[in-house]
Amino acid sequence: MEWVNIIFQGVLLGGLYALFAAGLSLIFGVMRLVNIAHGDLIVAFAYMAYFVMAALHIGPFTSLAVIVPAAALIGYGLQRGLLNWTLGEELPPLLVTIGLSVIIQNLLLVFFTFDTHRLHAGDIEIASVQFLPDLSVGVLPLIQFAVAVAIIAGLQIVFYRTALGRAFRATSDDPVVAQLMGLETRHIFAMAMALSLAVVAVAGVFIAIRTDFNPFYGPQLLIFGFEAIIIGGLGSLWGTLAGGILLGIAQALGGQFNVGWPFLAGHVVFLAVLIVRPQGLFPKVAL
Amino acid sequence: MLKSDQRDNVAGNATAANPSRRTILMGGAAVGAATIFSPAVLRAATPVIKIGHVAPVTGPMAGFAEAQPWVLDGIRKYLAKGLEIGGKTYQVDIITKDSQTDESRTAEVASELILKDKVDIITASSGSIDTNPTANVAELNEVPCITTDDPWESYYYGRGGTATKGFDWTYHFFWGLDQVLAAFIGLWQSQDTNKVVGTLFNTAQDDNSWHDAFIPAIAKAGFKVVDPGQFPAFGNDFTAQISAFKKADVQIITGNLFTPDFATFWAQSAQQGYKPKIVTLGKAFLFPSAIESLGDRGLGVTSEVWWSPDYPYTSSLTGSTCRQLVTDYEAATGRHWTQPIPFKHALFEVVIDVLKRTKDVKDPKSILSAIASTDLKTIVGPVKWSGQPVKNVSTTPVVAGQWQKHGERIDIAIVNSGLYPEIHTTSKLLPLG
Repeated sequence: MEWVNIIFQGVLLGGLYALFAAGLSLIFGVMRLVNIAHGDLIVAFAYMAYFVMAALHIGPFTSLAVIVPAAALIGYGLQRGLLNWTLGEELPPLLVTIGLSVIIQNLLLVFFTFDTHRLHAGDIEIASVQFLPDLSVGVLPLIQFAVAVAIIAGLQIVFYRTALGRAFRATSDDPVVAQLMGLETRHIFAMAMALSLAVVAVAGVFIAIRTDFNPFYGPQLLIFGFEAIIIGGLGSLWGTLAGGILLGIAQALGGQFNVGWPFLAGHVVFLAVLIVRPQGLFPKVAL
Repeated sequence: MLKSDQRDNVAGNATAANPSRRTILMGGAAVGAATIFSPAVLRAATPVIKIGHVAPVTGPMAGFAEAQPWVLDGIRKYLAKGLEIGGKTYQVDIITKDSQTDESRTAEVASELILKDKVDIITASSGSIDTNPTANVAELNEVPCITTDDPWESYYYGRGGTATKGFDWTYHFFWGLDQVLAAFIGLWQSQDTNKVVGTLFNTAQDDNSWHDAFIPAIAKAGFKVVDPGQFPAFGNDFTAQISAFKKADVQIITGNLFTPDFATFWAQSAQQGYKPKIVTLGKAFLFPSAIESLGDRGLGVTSEVWWSPDYPYTSSLTGSTCRQLVTDYEAATGRHWTQPIPFKHALFEVVIDVLKRTKDVKDPKSILSAIASTDLKTIVGPVKWSGQPVKNVSTTPVVAGQWQKHGERIDIAIVNSGLYPEIHTTSKLLPLG
């Protein structure tokens, strides 16, 4: 029974990683951009939610109505104003996002001080559902998992059922040909970043309800996001969800054998996947 | 120095190290922000003493240095008319450097202070990332060094000190784990529990010394210890620990955690139906903002208290009481006081007292012998390097406290005096949550 509980908690943890990784996976798929500042952007949107909540006297979930559109606009501007200029080779975008990460951390420190914050969602934070005598599961992690699945399903629909998704896929396959066919790749990239940051804003709110954050919390989750993407297979959104869940279960089981091992177990699974199936579980060469 | 210069030029990230024209052009603003030169240095009408200070102004430990500008303002005001030493008036300059909460950066700026600014005495505060490399550089260059705001075991043993072999040039004052344990165990013994204690320790080096000191001491005091093992910081899942605690009916939680880790643990505990009677942790509950972000569920947690406005000490510089210091700080900044503030003040109390007693301030050995004979009552308690617990360490008081809410304001009340009966408790322990 204890094992059922552990695995269940691991799956829910996987939902957190998938939520974190979805935005990363999306932009990597479209423009092969590795965004090192991803975690810091999550924290920045958590701060935005914190101040929006205080100013409008609304709860964290309602604040999404404000910060998700704002995040999309920021994403569009960030891509057109900065990141588009770095694309083409592998190294420049990586270096620019590392710089962006440092800048965001220190701007947050200057404006908001070192004080830790959390987004208060009321009783739902500690509410739980008793599935079985030994299996009590938090409502918040359940919602978080459902949101992760919904976001990935939503992105999947955008990619395969809409004109924008077609443009994303075409640009991802071959930006030059896509441009020849009349697609404005700079705009397409910016739309992808807008979508990515909209997802980041949702992740930011959930992570900030879950635990305290401060200006330097961003990088903590980054490595798990990358691992989820690589386990799942580059460019595959469902793969990212599967990768996140596998990572979550591995960490929970590792922690059960020895509380010092959760990260180790996660990294071992990650390395095992790289050795046995370097392309990841569900690779999509052309997203 | 050569290495750091090369890096500066390549990365375009100028520091104050040997500022060539090029590095100044590239990062003049950074140089100006990192170093505060008094223009009077150039005039040098009166002889000058330079005090170097390294602290984490930015980076993950920035909260510890938040009040530095306010504290140094006060110290500089005190020193405005100069300092009289042996009948001669000296101008005293305090040169600060930001370590960016990075060990190699700390060593780099400490070297700059010693080799380039040629400080007469160097100081550092706020965590082993700042105190240890600074002290190591000072020891190597034979410059007197005083540090604070880092548990002394992590300072002393972390630098390779042993029971018999200490250091020549570097001295430290702060509390240690035995004192924390006395207060924690005293607190638990005063409460009605089943005497089963669960521990939460990370795997970092400092946490090893906490873990290794806590487990035997708690067991020796007659408690049963449930130690699920050490785990890496910033874990996202505490299910394994929570089920171990539930199984053993743990009623007291202790350890040393980062605030986000505790927040995760605490939310998961509630979700999984686990509620201990007492939570007494190091580190996690230091800052009032941490308690506020936990919300009402954070009220009633207990932790080590290095200092509070209820301490019975006064500043040797200004005569200000602890309460007065807090009132002044909050009036000037509009921010809730924090425990590192008085230690920074006390650090300069000690340095100024040492300088006043130094026979020849331009002779490092003379400063050193003044440090060794220090016997000063500071705002954080008495500082005296008597050889106990080790040669280079003077311990300051630490007690146990509980975060409580009175009206809209949260504050820490002293609930156990530990080894320091002169520090009175201000409240009895209230139930958790």
